[in-house]
Amino acid sequence: MILLCVLTFAAMADEARPLAANPVTEVQVRRLSEELRCLVCQNQTLADSSAPLAEDLRNEIREMAAKNMSDQEIIDYLVARYGDFVRYRPPLKSSTVLLWLGPFALLAAAGVGLVVFLRRRQGQVADDPLTAEQARQVAELLNKES
Amino acid sequence: MKRFLLPLGIFFVLVGFLAVGLRLDPREVPSPLIDKPAPQFSLPRLDNPQQMFSPKDMLGQVWLLNVWASWCSACREEHPVLLELTKSGVVPLYGIDYKDTREEAQQWLKDGGGDPYRATGMDISGRVGIDYGVYGVPETYLIDKAGIIRYKRIGPVTIEVLRDKMLPLIRELQAK
Repeated sequence: MILLCVLTFAAMADEARPLAANPVTEVQVRRLSEELRCLVCQNQTLADSSAPLAEDLRNEIREMAAKNMSDQEIIDYLVARYGDFVRYRPPLKSSTVLLWLGPFALLAAAGVGLVVFLRRRQGQVADDPLTAEQARQVAELLNKES
Repeated sequence: MKRFLLPLGIFFVLVGFLAVGLRLDPREVPSPLIDKPAPQFSLPRLDNPQQMFSPKDMLGQVWLLNVWASWCSACREEHPVLLELTKSGVVPLYGIDYKDTREEAQQWLKDGGGDPYRATGMDISGRVGIDYGVYGVPETYLIDKAGIIRYKRIGPVTIEVLRDKMLPLIRELQAK
């Protein structure tokens, strides 16, 4: 009975995924479609999107995966057609240096700015020595406490 | 007064960035296909499925390849512009009918006032579309005499785009 249930369930699950013959392939398709952008609905991954193009591209990836192509080969195939934008994690190259290093540059600039500001303020806040009268008052207050 | 200058300056820089950023169209993704050979294909023609249409036949000519579909509402918008372009005879226009059916496509052309395409290939599966990096129909490619893609327009071709960008480039490529 349990076996029957499992089999029915497996059959139903397969129905939703047309070419899902090989579970290893399916893992690769899943992994890649979470790394790649659906260009029709730009803030979704291929895995999340139900747009027809996303579906076509998932099938395309599935076919390539079935041909034992590596992740890199499949990504290169799509980048050649849709550009780096199809990747959710852009590669580090001259046109994306600002994107990758910009935040760190801003952080460094803010750090330098903070140091300069503190140094300058230190110069301005001069020590103000107590007068004899003030020193006497302080001693009196301290004595009262104890 | 002086201590307000810095925040004010930062504010204006921010406004500057936003003014530029908000004007950019995020749908216009630069195509990696520019200056690359147009991907080859051979598709059955819309008017006659026995006959095939292939970019190979176009070598030696500057031509436009327009990806369209009867389900695409922005295609309706550019259709009169394309009809006008073909009437002017400046550049041959060919089409790819993307993920569509023959009947609907033919009806759509009739409803739109005519067929501006010298030939249209039927890409029913969308495979050729993937090779061309199509993600938002209509898309238009300008291909030179050597079969190299020189320009790509994503979204409808408007009179302005045609006049300011495409036609000057077409003339330049034709003169070569």
